[in-house]
Amino acid sequence: MTDQSTLWDSLLWLAINVGLSLALLVGLLVLVAYLLLLDRKVWAAVQLRKGPNVVGPWGLFQSFADLIKFAVKEPIIPAGANKGVFLLAPLATAVCALAAWAVIPISENSWGKWVISDLNVGILYVLAISSLGVYGVIMGGWASNSKYPFMGALRSAAQMVSYEVSIGFVIITVLLLVGSLNMTDIVRAQSNGIGTSAGLPSSFLDWHWLVLLPMFVIFFISALAETNRPPFDLVEAESELVAGFMVEYSSTPYLLFMLGEYVAIVTMCALGTILFLGGWLPPVDIFPLNAVPGIIWFILKATFLFFMFAMVKAMVPRYRYDQLMRLGWKVFLPLSLLAVVVVAAVVQFGGVS
Amino acid sequence: METLAAFAPALPEIILAAGAMVFLMLGVFSADNARTGVFIGWLTVLLMAGVAIMIGTGGAERVELFDGAFVVDAFSRFCKVLILGAAAVSLMLSFGYFERERIMKFEIPVLALLSTVGMFMMVSANDLISLYLGLELMSLALYVLAAVHRDSLRSSESGLKYFVLGALSSGMLLYGASLIYGFTGTTSFTALASTLQAGEAAQNLGLIVGLVFLLVGLAFKISAVPFHMWTPDVYEGAPTPVTAFFAGAPKVAAMALLLRVLHDAFPGMLFQWQQIIVFLSVASMLLGSFAAIGQTSIKRLMAFSSIANVGFILIGLAAGTQYGVSSVLIYLAIYVVMTLGSFAVVLAMRRANEMDETIGSLAGLSQTNLPLAVAFAALLFSLAGIPPLAGFFAKFYVLDAAIKAGLTPLAIIGVLASVVGAFYYLRLVKIMFFDAPGEAFTQAEPAVRWVFTLSALLVTFYVVYPAFLLDAAGTAARALVP
Amino acid sequence: MLTAVFFYLFAVLAIGSATMVIVARNPVHAVLFLILTFFNAAGLFILLGAEFLAMLLVIVYVGAVAVLFLFVVMMLDVDFAELRAGFINNAPIGLIVAGIVLIELVALFVTGAAGGLPASIPVPAPGVETLTNTEQIGRVLYTKYVYFFQAAGLVLLVAMIGAIVLTLRHRDGVKRQSIAAQNARTPATGLEVIKVPSGGSVFPASEGPR
Repeated sequence: MTDQSTLWDSLLWLAINVGLSLALLVGLLVLVAYLLLLDRKVWAAVQLRKGPNVVGPWGLFQSFADLIKFAVKEPIIPAGANKGVFLLAPLATAVCALAAWAVIPISENSWGKWVISDLNVGILYVLAISSLGVYGVIMGGWASNSKYPFMGALRSAAQMVSYEVSIGFVIITVLLLVGSLNMTDIVRAQSNGIGTSAGLPSSFLDWHWLVLLPMFVIFFISALAETNRPPFDLVEAESELVAGFMVEYSSTPYLLFMLGEYVAIVTMCALGTILFLGGWLPPVDIFPLNAVPGIIWFILKATFLFFMFAMVKAMVPRYRYDQLMRLGWKVFLPLSLLAVVVVAAVVQFGGVS
Repeated sequence: METLAAFAPALPEIILAAGAMVFLMLGVFSADNARTGVFIGWLTVLLMAGVAIMIGTGGAERVELFDGAFVVDAFSRFCKVLILGAAAVSLMLSFGYFERERIMKFEIPVLALLSTVGMFMMVSANDLISLYLGLELMSLALYVLAAVHRDSLRSSESGLKYFVLGALSSGMLLYGASLIYGFTGTTSFTALASTLQAGEAAQNLGLIVGLVFLLVGLAFKISAVPFHMWTPDVYEGAPTPVTAFFAGAPKVAAMALLLRVLHDAFPGMLFQWQQIIVFLSVASMLLGSFAAIGQTSIKRLMAFSSIANVGFILIGLAAGTQYGVSSVLIYLAIYVVMTLGSFAVVLAMRRANEMDETIGSLAGLSQTNLPLAVAFAALLFSLAGIPPLAGFFAKFYVLDAAIKAGLTPLAIIGVLASVVGAFYYLRLVKIMFFDAPGEAFTQAEPAVRWVFTLSALLVTFYVVYPAFLLDAAGTAARALVP
Repeated sequence: MLTAVFFYLFAVLAIGSATMVIVARNPVHAVLFLILTFFNAAGLFILLGAEFLAMLLVIVYVGAVAVLFLFVVMMLDVDFAELRAGFINNAPIGLIVAGIVLIELVALFVTGAAGGLPASIPVPAPGVETLTNTEQIGRVLYTKYVYFFQAAGLVLLVAMIGAIVLTLRHRDGVKRQSIAAQNARTPATGLEVIKVPSGGSVFPASEGPR
């Protein structure tokens, strides 16, 4: 925090930040709207359907139509619900999901870093905020005063806390290689690696996905579980719990839940991009590719990860709850713990840094 | 490798902690039954014995490690050997009981071992942080051990009660520690002692308040009155061998910690803490002695007896001299022997498969089981302080130390309290030898018989060769108070 | 300027929500206020320049510990009216004791408690200012404070063992899934081809003799 000596300086600083934040959020929300459409299209394609294709050309306005529909519907609050908590829950989900974007850098060029707040513990901030996502679910489930939502909430509490552990360890392995908790530094560190040490120009071979391939896989699967995406969507398993913690929600609160969920998914995609796919770095650092603005690469990579999320949703059947817990605690936790030890040993004794 | 060699003075702690983890793994990957538990239990006892020999034969110089947070000297060595002895013996006593109650799990010895590591850290603490961590490590394991008989309501209750009150006392202790840190800017005992040398530092009110809170927290752990209320319930509710464990090693560790804090960190505030210790001592002796009279459960009686004994031990601490410290150490050693012996007797109070821990069940024990009666009588006479048994000398040294330090009124109250105490100890002897006998007890297992026989012999024949203990305690005391 | 504004914001909210933790009627609300308190404490850490601690506070306490608190409080079916009755019965005594302690402490510190001590505020090691505070903590945690670090690890180990010892029960007669065994099954171990003579009956060998 720099010294804002006068009131005007403070206000100017505030205005600039608010403006930047708004720009980021609007861009993000538009992106989410189209990723939602992409999700549905991919899902439909796998099932040999067409997907949304009526609203606008190729169904491009479908998400906005949905938005309007939710916004003008009547919000229903169940009689026995704890009203304050009931309405706070979707808000908590959405706000936490959006807040994570404060530290996510989307590009870097001669203007500087494209990030709202360049925290030097950025990655911890993302981890902290994403771990708060569970509150929306658990509060919503409890405040509904109904059995299915409550069971969904209980499932989610255990699930999200469990998978946070393995995500945390995966992140630690990346941090060990980078030596910094700053997100921009993490991306910069990926311009050198296996490829450059073999004499090639800086390329996709240098990114962490190659050197930490097993961790990337664990991260991807844990991210699915952390965001309650299929095949780990036990929180809202229709066949067992109707719609899980969202049973009693309708209208705008429901919209906020869905929005928060999708933003959280996009956050995880962005995080995966930054940690493993080299952020805004071009696939190969040669002329036509490195002339493309970094943000384009960033969005392409995040979209690719989102595409993978969508494919998993379309193709993999849902896990059973005990298997989910087993995978988290008995497979991923030991594996990622072992990886931390191995990576630390290699960094310390192997001369890689 | 040189850096590892520098950790050599902490080797006993490292071995015990590593051993605990190895045994844990061993237990997890073996069959889940009582045999595994007993096997690991004996391994633990062996490990403790080995470490005790290692410490006993090691050098006696003072070494500071980890930036002064950990200190090894003759004092810590004395206490550690005593702790290991107490812990190992009470573990040996426990196997038969736990097997009969069908709660023998391999975690029990492992927890006892980790708790011992905590005690070691307390004894070697030279910093408020290591003090707290050691205390918490020990206590946490003890809470679990108290509740280990989880199908018994009273065991669970005692565990919970101990946990809640223990957490409260930890809170007090931390509050005191934070005040001390706030006013002096250091947590190291050495630095605290040198800060307090300076002029009026010892008069600082904030510091005194901090010291009081610290002492309150520690008084909880040694169950000194008025912070004793958990003791009878926990002693009664916990499984008997666990109670034996509570009465031995943790008391030694907490008392050693108290000695260490007061003499190493606050020698400059002797006047301030002496008053507190004198009050705790008088209150503990009187309440322990009087409240024990009406008890019908032998475990509750032992609880009040231990409160009274803590009062006596605090007399030696109140003296604040080197002689006082050595008298405390002697008392602790003798107290451990007497207590473990008494608990071995309690463990032998079993008819068929029912423990009968009422005092009435001892009636006429001399006619049904003379060796047990004689051994218990010797232990009780010693606890009562009848010469020439060991208990007499224990009391004699602390009272002598108090008189030499000019605390004659305290010594007089001590003598009076020990007269009251003698009443209920001797009442037990009377019940055993002159009341009409009931049904005989079942033959106890060898470990129990060995322990009560040996401890009875030790307290009886202590007078023959007291020099060994005197020398060891003297060396230890010199290390603490130059 | 902004720093001062944020300090008072966080401080007031922290104290206010801490009060609400004990005043709130509904235990779930109490836990939610506890979470708010943690947040504000984290905010204060950030103002102090200790952003690493702030993030850890949020991750560990808000993200994990408080979630489990909430979990337990929501599942417990305690009659809070009854508990409250006990609380009100004991409240006067508690208030008197707390009041006396408060007055004593205030009196102590007002009447010049700070006297007599040399000013001994620890000075940071030279060169530390240029490091991020994650790095600063990392440098001392595993060197100077390795003993405390390991000891804290042992404390947590004991807590873990304790939780398992006191709660884990192996029920007999429950069929458990062994995924390793399932994956290890091959046609050779899982399948038995038997020839049934016409008009006769055969039991597979795996069913044992009848």
